Amino acid sequence: MTNGAFEPRLVGFLCNWCSYTGADLAGTARMVYAPNIRIIRVMCSGRVDPQFVLKAFSEGADGVLISGCHPGDCHYQEGNYKALRRHRLLTRMLEQFGIEKERFRLEWVSAAEGVKFQQVCNEFTEQIRKLGPLNWNGGKHERSQA
Amino acid sequence: MSAAKPKVAFYWCSSCGGCEESIVDLAEDILKVVAAVDIVFWPVALDFKKKDVEAMEDGSIAVSFINGAVRLSEQEEMVKMLRKKSGLIVAHGACSHLGGIPGLGNFWNKETIFNRSYLTTPSTDNPDRTVPLEKVEVEGKELTLPRFYDTVYALDQVIDVDYYLPGCAPPRDLIMNAIQAILDGKLPPKGAVLSPNKSLCDDCGRNESKPEKLVIKEIKRPWEVEMDPEKCFLAQGIICMGPATRTGCGERCIEANMPCRGCFGPTDQVFDQGAKFLSALASILDTDDEKEIEKIVDTIIDPAGTFYRFSLPSSILRRRRMEAIK
Repeated sequence: MTNGAFEPRLVGFLCNWCSYTGADLAGTARMVYAPNIRIIRVMCSGRVDPQFVLKAFSEGADGVLISGCHPGDCHYQEGNYKALRRHRLLTRMLEQFGIEKERFRLEWVSAAEGVKFQQVCNEFTEQIRKLGPLNWNGGKHERSQA
Repeated sequence: MSAAKPKVAFYWCSSCGGCEESIVDLAEDILKVVAAVDIVFWPVALDFKKKDVEAMEDGSIAVSFINGAVRLSEQEEMVKMLRKKSGLIVAHGACSHLGGIPGLGNFWNKETIFNRSYLTTPSTDNPDRTVPLEKVEVEGKELTLPRFYDTVYALDQVIDVDYYLPGCAPPRDLIMNAIQAILDGKLPPKGAVLSPNKSLCDDCGRNESKPEKLVIKEIKRPWEVEMDPEKCFLAQGIICMGPATRTGCGERCIEANMPCRGCFGPTDQVFDQGAKFLSALASILDTDDEKEIEKIVDTIIDPAGTFYRFSLPSSILRRRRMEAIK
Protein backbone atom coordinates (compact mmCIF):
# COMPACT_ATOMS: atom_id res chain seq x y z
CA MET A 1 0.00 0.00 0.00
CA THR A 2 1.33 3.38 -0.90
CA ASN A 3 -0.13 6.50 0.68
CA GLY A 4 -3.36 4.65 1.46
CA ALA A 5 -4.17 4.28 -2.26
CA PHE A 6 -6.01 1.06 -3.06
CA GLU A 7 -3.77 -1.73 -4.29
CA PRO A 8 -5.78 -4.82 -5.30
CA ARG A 9 -4.88 -8.02 -3.50
CA LEU A 10 -5.23 -10.93 -5.90
CA VAL A 11 -4.86 -14.64 -5.26
CA GLY A 12 -3.95 -16.89 -8.18
CA PHE A 13 -4.29 -20.68 -8.19
CA LEU A 14 -2.01 -21.90 -10.98
CA CYS A 15 -1.72 -25.46 -12.21
CA ASN A 16 1.67 -27.05 -11.97
CA TRP A 17 1.91 -28.27 -15.56
CA CYS A 18 0.92 -25.27 -17.68
CA SER A 19 0.10 -22.00 -15.93
CA TYR A 20 2.69 -22.09 -13.17
CA THR A 21 5.32 -22.90 -15.76
CA GLY A 22 3.92 -20.05 -17.90
CA ALA A 23 4.26 -17.68 -14.92
CA ASP A 24 7.76 -18.99 -14.39
CA LEU A 25 8.54 -18.22 -18.00
CA ALA A 26 7.29 -14.65 -17.52
CA GLY A 27 9.61 -14.40 -14.53
CA THR A 28 12.74 -15.88 -16.08
CA ALA A 29 12.18 -13.80 -19.22
CA ARG A 30 12.05 -10.75 -16.91
CA MET A 31 8.71 -9.57 -18.18
CA VAL A 32 7.35 -6.75 -16.06
CA TYR A 33 3.81 -7.20 -14.75
CA ALA A 34 1.65 -5.94 -11.90
CA PRO A 35 2.95 -7.37 -8.60
CA ASN A 36 -0.53 -7.68 -7.07
CA ILE A 37 -1.04 -11.38 -7.53
CA ARG A 38 -0.09 -13.93 -4.85
CA ILE A 39 0.47 -17.23 -6.60
CA ILE A 40 -0.44 -20.59 -5.13
CA ARG A 41 0.74 -23.60 -7.10
CA VAL A 42 -1.70 -26.52 -7.29
CA MET A 43 -1.26 -29.76 -9.21
CA CYS A 44 -4.27 -29.09 -11.43
CA SER A 45 -6.90 -26.40 -11.88
CA GLY A 46 -9.34 -29.24 -11.14
CA ARG A 47 -7.82 -29.44 -7.67
CA VAL A 48 -9.09 -25.98 -6.77
CA ASP A 49 -11.84 -26.64 -4.26
CA PRO A 50 -14.49 -23.87 -4.28
CA GLN A 51 -13.77 -23.61 -0.54
CA PHE A 52 -10.30 -22.24 -1.43
CA VAL A 53 -11.88 -19.46 -3.45
CA LEU A 54 -14.36 -18.54 -0.71
CA LYS A 55 -11.61 -18.57 1.88
CA ALA A 56 -9.49 -16.25 -0.23
CA PHE A 57 -12.36 -13.76 -0.55
CA SER A 58 -13.28 -14.03 3.13
CA GLU A 59 -9.70 -13.35 4.21
CA GLY A 60 -9.03 -10.26 2.19
CA ALA A 61 -8.64 -11.10 -1.50
CA ASP A 62 -10.19 -8.53 -3.86
CA GLY A 63 -9.99 -10.95 -6.78
CA VAL A 64 -9.26 -14.63 -7.39
CA LEU A 65 -7.73 -16.15 -10.51
CA ILE A 66 -7.75 -19.82 -11.44
CA SER A 67 -5.46 -20.66 -14.31
CA GLY A 68 -4.95 -24.02 -15.99
CA CYS A 69 -4.01 -25.80 -19.19
CA HIS A 70 -5.93 -25.07 -22.39
CA PRO A 71 -8.93 -27.34 -23.05
CA GLY A 72 -7.66 -30.69 -24.30
CA ASP A 73 -4.21 -30.17 -22.76
CA CYS A 74 -4.86 -31.15 -19.14
CA HIS A 75 -2.15 -33.37 -17.70
CA TYR A 76 -4.92 -35.34 -15.99
CA GLN A 77 -7.17 -35.40 -19.07
CA GLU A 78 -10.18 -33.50 -17.75
CA GLY A 79 -9.28 -31.53 -14.60
CA ASN A 80 -9.51 -28.21 -16.42
CA TYR A 81 -13.03 -29.06 -17.63
CA LYS A 82 -14.03 -29.63 -14.02
CA ALA A 83 -12.49 -26.27 -13.16
CA LEU A 84 -14.48 -24.66 -15.99
CA ARG A 85 -17.78 -26.13 -14.79
CA ARG A 86 -17.09 -25.16 -11.18
CA HIS A 87 -16.05 -21.67 -12.22
CA ARG A 88 -19.29 -21.03 -14.09
CA LEU A 89 -21.47 -22.30 -11.25
CA LEU A 90 -19.44 -20.60 -8.52
CA THR A 91 -19.48 -17.30 -10.40
CA ARG A 92 -23.27 -17.40 -10.40
CA MET A 93 -23.35 -18.24 -6.72
CA LEU A 94 -20.84 -15.53 -5.79
CA GLU A 95 -23.11 -12.95 -7.42
CA GLN A 96 -25.81 -13.97 -4.95
CA PHE A 97 -23.36 -13.09 -2.18
CA GLY A 98 -22.75 -9.68 -3.77
CA ILE A 99 -19.34 -10.60 -5.19
CA GLU A 100 -19.15 -9.31 -8.77
CA LYS A 101 -18.32 -11.82 -11.49
CA GLU A 102 -15.32 -9.70 -12.54
CA ARG A 103 -13.62 -10.62 -9.27
CA PHE A 104 -13.41 -14.31 -10.11
CA ARG A 105 -11.55 -15.18 -13.26
CA LEU A 106 -10.63 -18.37 -15.09
CA GLU A 107 -7.87 -18.27 -17.72
CA TRP A 108 -6.07 -20.87 -19.82
CA VAL A 109 -2.31 -20.21 -19.85
CA SER A 110 0.08 -22.74 -21.35
CA ALA A 111 3.70 -23.28 -20.35
CA ALA A 112 4.77 -21.26 -23.39
CA GLU A 113 2.47 -18.30 -22.73
CA GLY A 114 4.54 -16.07 -20.46
CA VAL A 115 3.23 -13.09 -22.37
CA LYS A 116 -0.35 -14.12 -21.85
CA PHE A 117 0.26 -14.52 -18.11
CA GLN A 118 1.74 -11.03 -18.03
CA GLN A 119 -1.34 -9.64 -19.81
CA VAL A 120 -3.79 -11.49 -17.58
CA CYS A 121 -2.13 -10.17 -14.42
CA ASN A 122 -2.04 -6.61 -15.70
CA GLU A 123 -5.63 -6.64 -16.95
CA PHE A 124 -7.01 -8.32 -13.85
CA THR A 125 -5.21 -5.88 -11.55
CA GLU A 126 -6.56 -2.87 -13.43
CA GLN A 127 -10.04 -4.32 -13.55
CA ILE A 128 -10.11 -4.86 -9.78
CA ARG A 129 -8.54 -1.44 -9.17
CA LYS A 130 -11.56 0.08 -10.93
CA LEU A 131 -13.99 -2.12 -9.01
CA GLY A 132 -12.47 -1.19 -5.64
CA PRO A 133 -11.77 -3.21 -2.50
CA LEU A 134 -14.04 -6.09 -1.44
CA ASN A 135 -13.50 -5.65 2.33
CA TRP A 136 -15.26 -8.86 3.21
CA ASN A 137 -16.37 -9.08 6.85
CA GLY A 138 -19.34 -11.47 6.74
CA GLY A 139 -21.30 -9.54 9.39
CA LYS A 140 -18.75 -10.52 12.02
CA HIS A 141 -18.57 -7.21 13.83
CA GLU A 142 -22.22 -6.45 14.26
CA ARG A 143 -23.21 -7.80 17.66
CA SER A 144 -23.18 -5.20 20.39
CA GLN A 145 -21.89 -6.97 23.47
CA ALA A 146 -18.39 -8.38 23.56
CA MET B 1 -36.92 -33.87 43.48
CA SER B 2 -33.64 -35.26 44.65
CA ALA B 3 -30.62 -32.98 44.82
CA ALA B 4 -28.43 -35.56 43.08
CA LYS B 5 -30.25 -35.40 39.75
CA PRO B 6 -28.43 -33.37 37.10
CA LYS B 7 -30.15 -30.12 36.12
CA VAL B 8 -31.14 -29.63 32.49
CA ALA B 9 -32.37 -26.55 30.61
CA PHE B 10 -34.00 -26.18 27.20
CA TYR B 11 -34.08 -22.87 25.39
CA TRP B 12 -35.20 -21.65 21.98
CA CYS B 13 -33.90 -18.79 19.90
CA SER B 14 -34.71 -18.11 16.26
CA SER B 15 -36.49 -21.33 15.33
CA CYS B 16 -39.84 -22.74 14.27
CA GLY B 17 -40.61 -24.79 17.37
CA GLY B 18 -39.90 -28.09 15.63
CA CYS B 19 -36.91 -28.76 17.88
CA GLU B 20 -39.11 -28.31 20.96
CA GLU B 21 -41.47 -30.76 19.30
CA SER B 22 -38.55 -33.19 18.87
CA ILE B 23 -38.24 -33.30 22.68
CA VAL B 24 -41.98 -33.87 23.11
CA ASP B 25 -41.78 -36.53 20.36
CA LEU B 26 -39.53 -38.60 22.59
CA ALA B 27 -42.97 -39.83 23.75
CA GLU B 28 -42.61 -42.42 26.56
CA ASP B 29 -38.85 -41.88 26.51
CA ILE B 30 -39.41 -38.38 27.88
CA LEU B 31 -40.48 -40.07 31.13
CA LYS B 32 -37.05 -41.72 31.36
CA VAL B 33 -35.49 -38.31 30.84
CA VAL B 34 -37.68 -36.68 33.45
CA ALA B 35 -36.89 -39.50 35.90
CA ALA B 36 -33.17 -39.03 35.43
CA VAL B 37 -32.86 -35.23 35.41
CA ASP B 38 -34.39 -32.08 36.85
CA ILE B 39 -35.66 -29.74 34.16
CA VAL B 40 -34.96 -26.29 35.58
CA PHE B 41 -35.78 -24.07 32.60
CA TRP B 42 -37.95 -24.71 29.53
CA PRO B 43 -39.89 -21.61 28.45
CA VAL B 44 -42.03 -23.43 25.90
CA ALA B 45 -43.37 -25.96 28.40
CA LEU B 46 -42.71 -24.92 31.99
CA ASP B 47 -43.24 -21.71 33.93
CA PHE B 48 -39.74 -20.62 34.86
CA LYS B 49 -38.59 -17.04 34.35
CA LYS B 50 -35.34 -15.39 33.37
CA LYS B 51 -34.82 -14.28 36.96
CA ASP B 52 -34.95 -17.93 38.09
CA VAL B 53 -32.00 -18.70 35.83
CA GLU B 54 -30.21 -15.53 36.92
CA ALA B 55 -30.48 -16.70 40.53
CA MET B 56 -28.77 -20.01 39.79
CA GLU B 57 -25.13 -20.49 40.56
CA ASP B 58 -22.67 -20.41 37.68
CA GLY B 59 -22.10 -23.89 36.27
CA SER B 60 -25.01 -25.36 38.24
CA ILE B 61 -26.99 -26.53 35.18
CA ALA B 62 -25.44 -29.78 33.94
CA VAL B 63 -26.47 -29.24 30.34
CA SER B 64 -28.47 -26.72 28.32
CA PHE B 65 -30.01 -27.75 25.01
CA ILE B 66 -30.35 -24.62 22.89
CA ASN B 67 -32.20 -24.66 19.60
CA GLY B 68 -32.58 -21.87 17.05
CA ALA B 69 -30.19 -19.39 15.51
CA VAL B 70 -29.23 -16.08 17.13
CA ARG B 71 -30.88 -13.12 15.43
CA LEU B 72 -31.94 -10.82 18.31
CA SER B 73 -30.00 -9.11 21.11
CA GLU B 74 -32.30 -10.86 23.58
CA GLN B 75 -31.26 -14.26 22.25
CA GLU B 76 -27.63 -13.27 22.54
CA GLU B 77 -28.15 -12.19 26.15
CA MET B 78 -30.00 -15.40 27.08
CA VAL B 79 -27.51 -17.81 25.51
CA LYS B 80 -24.61 -15.97 27.14
CA MET B 81 -26.36 -16.31 30.48
CA LEU B 82 -27.03 -20.02 29.90
CA ARG B 83 -23.40 -20.51 28.92
CA LYS B 84 -22.31 -19.12 32.29
CA LYS B 85 -24.81 -21.20 34.22
CA SER B 86 -24.16 -24.48 32.36
CA GLY B 87 -21.48 -27.13 32.37
CA LEU B 88 -22.32 -28.24 28.85
CA ILE B 89 -24.05 -26.51 25.96
CA VAL B 90 -25.61 -28.64 23.24
CA ALA B 91 -26.62 -26.90 20.03
CA HIS B 92 -29.91 -28.67 19.35
CA GLY B 93 -30.95 -28.80 15.70
CA ALA B 94 -29.86 -27.31 12.41
CA CYS B 95 -30.57 -23.64 13.29
CA SER B 96 -28.28 -23.50 16.30
CA HIS B 97 -25.79 -25.91 14.71
CA LEU B 98 -25.48 -24.16 11.32
CA GLY B 99 -27.85 -21.18 11.23
CA GLY B 100 -30.63 -23.18 9.58
CA ILE B 101 -33.55 -21.88 7.57
CA PRO B 102 -33.69 -18.52 9.43
CA GLY B 103 -30.06 -18.15 8.35
CA LEU B 104 -31.23 -17.63 4.77
CA GLY B 105 -32.11 -14.15 6.04
CA ASN B 106 -28.41 -13.45 5.60
CA PHE B 107 -29.09 -12.82 1.91
CA TRP B 108 -30.89 -9.68 3.18
CA ASN B 109 -30.56 -7.25 6.08
CA LYS B 110 -32.79 -5.79 8.76
CA GLU B 111 -34.09 -3.00 6.57
CA THR B 112 -35.08 -5.16 3.61
CA ILE B 113 -36.60 -7.84 5.86
CA PHE B 114 -38.69 -5.27 7.78
CA ASN B 115 -39.69 -3.63 4.54
CA ARG B 116 -40.94 -6.93 3.14
CA SER B 117 -42.54 -8.26 6.32
CA TYR B 118 -44.28 -5.10 7.51
CA LEU B 119 -44.85 -3.07 4.35
CA THR B 120 -44.84 -4.83 0.99
CA THR B 121 -46.27 -8.36 1.28
CA PRO B 122 -49.60 -8.59 -0.61
CA SER B 123 -51.43 -9.42 2.62
CA THR B 124 -50.03 -6.46 4.60
CA ASP B 125 -52.48 -3.81 5.76
CA ASN B 126 -50.35 -1.18 7.45
CA PRO B 127 -51.47 2.33 6.38
CA ASP B 128 -49.38 4.04 9.10
CA ARG B 129 -46.31 2.12 7.93
CA THR B 130 -45.52 1.00 11.46
CA VAL B 131 -42.42 -1.13 11.90
CA PRO B 132 -41.09 -2.48 15.22
CA LEU B 133 -38.90 0.01 17.07
CA GLU B 134 -36.36 -0.77 19.74
CA LYS B 135 -37.80 2.00 21.94
CA VAL B 136 -41.19 3.66 22.03
CA GLU B 137 -42.82 5.96 24.55
CA VAL B 138 -46.39 5.11 25.60
CA GLU B 139 -48.17 7.28 28.21
CA GLY B 140 -44.91 8.53 29.61
CA LYS B 141 -43.42 5.06 29.87
CA GLU B 142 -40.65 3.71 27.70
CA LEU B 143 -41.24 0.32 26.11
CA THR B 144 -38.38 -1.60 24.54
CA LEU B 145 -37.93 -4.47 22.11
CA PRO B 146 -34.77 -6.50 21.51
CA ARG B 147 -32.49 -5.34 18.73
CA PHE B 148 -32.93 -7.16 15.42
CA TYR B 149 -29.53 -7.84 13.86
CA ASP B 150 -28.75 -7.55 10.16
CA THR B 151 -27.11 -10.97 10.38
CA VAL B 152 -28.24 -14.35 11.72
CA TYR B 153 -25.63 -16.29 13.70
CA ALA B 154 -25.11 -19.97 14.45
CA LEU B 155 -24.87 -20.62 18.19
CA ASP B 156 -21.11 -21.23 18.20
CA GLN B 157 -20.55 -17.81 16.65
CA VAL B 158 -21.97 -16.29 19.84
CA ILE B 159 -20.97 -18.67 22.65
CA ASP B 160 -18.71 -21.67 23.14
CA VAL B 161 -20.61 -24.87 22.22
CA ASP B 162 -19.70 -28.32 23.54
CA TYR B 163 -21.77 -30.60 21.28
CA TYR B 164 -24.01 -30.44 18.26
CA LEU B 165 -27.20 -32.39 17.67
CA PRO B 166 -27.81 -32.01 13.93
CA GLY B 167 -31.05 -32.13 11.99
CA CYS B 168 -34.26 -30.29 11.22
CA ALA B 169 -35.36 -31.51 13.68
CA PRO B 170 -32.92 -33.97 15.28
CA PRO B 171 -34.28 -37.53 15.21
CA ARG B 172 -35.26 -39.09 18.48
CA ASP B 173 -32.57 -41.82 18.54
CA LEU B 174 -29.82 -39.21 18.30
CA ILE B 175 -31.41 -37.13 21.08
CA MET B 176 -31.75 -40.16 23.35
CA ASN B 177 -28.18 -41.28 22.61
CA ALA B 178 -26.94 -37.80 23.48
CA ILE B 179 -28.87 -37.65 26.74
CA GLN B 180 -27.71 -41.16 27.66
CA ALA B 181 -24.08 -40.32 26.87
CA ILE B 182 -24.32 -37.24 29.09
CA LEU B 183 -25.92 -39.20 31.94
CA ASP B 184 -23.27 -41.93 31.66
CA GLY B 185 -20.45 -39.44 31.30
CA LYS B 186 -19.39 -41.21 28.10
CA LEU B 187 -19.00 -38.21 25.87
CA PRO B 188 -16.97 -37.88 22.69
CA PRO B 189 -14.33 -35.13 22.41
CA LYS B 190 -15.64 -31.59 22.79
CA GLY B 191 -16.98 -30.04 19.61
CA ALA B 192 -18.31 -33.33 18.22
CA VAL B 193 -21.42 -33.51 16.10
CA LEU B 194 -23.41 -36.33 17.68
CA SER B 195 -24.07 -38.31 14.51
CA PRO B 196 -21.87 -40.62 12.39
CA ASN B 197 -19.10 -38.88 10.45
CA LYS B 198 -20.00 -40.22 6.99
CA SER B 199 -21.94 -38.81 4.09
CA LEU B 200 -25.61 -39.62 3.63
CA CYS B 201 -24.86 -41.48 0.38
CA ASP B 202 -22.93 -44.05 2.44
CA ASP B 203 -26.15 -45.10 4.18
CA CYS B 204 -28.60 -44.32 1.41
CA GLY B 205 -30.67 -47.26 0.23
CA ARG B 206 -30.49 -45.92 -3.31
CA ASN B 207 -26.69 -45.97 -3.44
CA GLU B 208 -26.68 -49.24 -5.37
CA SER B 209 -28.84 -47.73 -8.09
CA LYS B 210 -26.16 -45.17 -8.83
CA PRO B 211 -24.52 -45.76 -12.22
CA GLU B 212 -20.76 -46.33 -12.29
CA LYS B 213 -20.21 -42.93 -13.84
CA LEU B 214 -22.76 -40.53 -12.44
CA VAL B 215 -23.46 -37.68 -14.88
CA ILE B 216 -26.20 -35.08 -15.29
CA LYS B 217 -27.27 -33.64 -18.62
CA GLU B 218 -30.20 -31.65 -17.37
CA ILE B 219 -31.15 -30.40 -13.89
CA LYS B 220 -34.77 -30.99 -12.94
CA ARG B 221 -36.76 -29.70 -10.01
CA PRO B 222 -38.78 -32.20 -7.97
CA TRP B 223 -42.13 -30.92 -9.24
CA GLU B 224 -41.09 -31.17 -12.89
CA VAL B 225 -40.77 -34.96 -12.96
CA GLU B 226 -42.34 -38.05 -11.57
CA MET B 227 -39.57 -39.24 -9.31
CA ASP B 228 -38.45 -42.84 -9.42
CA PRO B 229 -38.84 -44.09 -5.82
CA GLU B 230 -35.76 -46.30 -6.03
CA LYS B 231 -33.20 -44.59 -8.22
CA CYS B 232 -30.46 -42.23 -6.98
CA PHE B 233 -31.88 -38.67 -7.21
CA LEU B 234 -28.74 -37.25 -8.80
CA ALA B 235 -28.92 -39.94 -11.49
CA GLN B 236 -32.43 -38.59 -12.20
CA GLY B 237 -31.06 -35.06 -12.56
CA ILE B 238 -32.59 -33.93 -9.26
CA ILE B 239 -30.44 -31.97 -6.85
CA CYS B 240 -29.82 -34.09 -3.74
CA MET B 241 -27.43 -32.79 -1.09
CA GLY B 242 -26.55 -36.33 0.05
CA PRO B 243 -22.90 -36.32 -1.10
CA ALA B 244 -22.15 -33.21 1.01
CA THR B 245 -24.35 -34.02 4.01
CA ARG B 246 -23.70 -35.98 7.18
CA THR B 247 -25.68 -39.15 7.74
CA GLY B 248 -27.58 -40.24 10.87
CA CYS B 249 -30.97 -38.83 9.95
CA GLY B 250 -32.47 -42.22 9.16
CA GLU B 251 -33.01 -41.09 5.53
CA ARG B 252 -36.47 -39.80 6.38
CA CYS B 253 -36.72 -37.61 3.29
CA ILE B 254 -35.29 -40.20 0.91
CA GLU B 255 -37.84 -42.74 2.12
CA ALA B 256 -40.60 -40.23 1.48
CA ASN B 257 -39.20 -39.93 -2.08
CA MET B 258 -37.74 -36.46 -1.56
CA PRO B 259 -34.09 -35.58 -2.14
CA CYS B 260 -31.81 -34.58 0.74
CA ARG B 261 -31.85 -30.85 1.53
CA GLY B 262 -28.76 -30.97 3.73
CA CYS B 263 -30.11 -30.28 7.23
CA PHE B 264 -27.44 -32.40 8.96
CA GLY B 265 -24.68 -30.15 7.69
CA PRO B 266 -21.29 -31.32 6.46
CA THR B 267 -19.01 -34.05 7.82
CA ASP B 268 -16.02 -33.11 10.00
CA GLN B 269 -13.68 -32.98 7.00
CA VAL B 270 -15.61 -30.16 5.34
CA PHE B 271 -15.68 -26.46 6.29
CA ASP B 272 -18.33 -25.32 3.89
CA GLN B 273 -21.19 -27.60 2.88
CA GLY B 274 -22.47 -25.44 0.03
CA ALA B 275 -19.08 -25.04 -1.64
CA LYS B 276 -18.43 -28.76 -1.36
CA PHE B 277 -21.78 -29.62 -2.90
CA LEU B 278 -21.24 -27.08 -5.67
CA SER B 279 -17.94 -28.77 -6.39
CA ALA B 280 -19.54 -32.22 -6.57
CA LEU B 281 -22.47 -31.10 -8.69
CA ALA B 282 -20.36 -29.13 -11.17
CA SER B 283 -18.02 -32.04 -11.67
CA ILE B 284 -20.82 -34.40 -12.76
CA LEU B 285 -22.38 -32.08 -15.33
CA ASP B 286 -22.10 -34.04 -18.54
CA THR B 287 -20.55 -31.54 -20.95
CA ASP B 288 -17.21 -29.90 -21.66
CA ASP B 289 -18.66 -27.21 -23.88
CA GLU B 290 -18.58 -23.73 -22.38
CA LYS B 291 -21.94 -22.61 -23.75
CA GLU B 292 -23.65 -25.84 -22.76
CA ILE B 293 -22.19 -25.62 -19.26
CA GLU B 294 -23.57 -22.12 -18.90
CA LYS B 295 -26.95 -23.27 -20.16
CA ILE B 296 -27.17 -26.03 -17.55
CA VAL B 297 -25.85 -23.79 -14.78
CA ASP B 298 -28.55 -21.23 -15.59
CA THR B 299 -31.23 -23.83 -14.92
CA ILE B 300 -30.21 -23.99 -11.26
CA ILE B 301 -32.63 -21.34 -10.06
CA ASP B 302 -31.07 -20.38 -6.72
CA PRO B 303 -27.69 -22.05 -6.26
CA ALA B 304 -26.73 -20.26 -3.03
CA GLY B 305 -30.14 -20.79 -1.41
CA THR B 306 -30.17 -24.44 -2.48
CA PHE B 307 -26.63 -25.39 -1.48
CA TYR B 308 -26.73 -23.39 1.78
CA ARG B 309 -30.37 -24.07 2.63
CA PHE B 310 -29.41 -24.86 6.25
CA SER B 311 -25.85 -23.63 6.60
CA LEU B 312 -25.47 -20.07 5.33
CA PRO B 313 -24.45 -18.39 8.64
CA SER B 314 -21.83 -21.08 9.35
CA SER B 315 -20.45 -21.00 5.80
CA ILE B 316 -17.15 -19.36 4.92
CA LEU B 317 -18.79 -16.20 3.54
CA ARG B 318 -21.66 -16.21 6.10
CA ARG B 319 -23.87 -13.63 4.37
CA ARG B 320 -24.50 -11.45 1.34
CA ARG B 321 -22.33 -8.37 1.22
CA MET B 322 -24.20 -5.53 2.95
CA GLU B 323 -23.23 -2.99 0.26
CA ALA B 324 -24.83 -5.23 -2.37
CA ILE B 325 -28.30 -5.23 -0.77
CA LYS B 326 -30.84 -2.87 -2.30
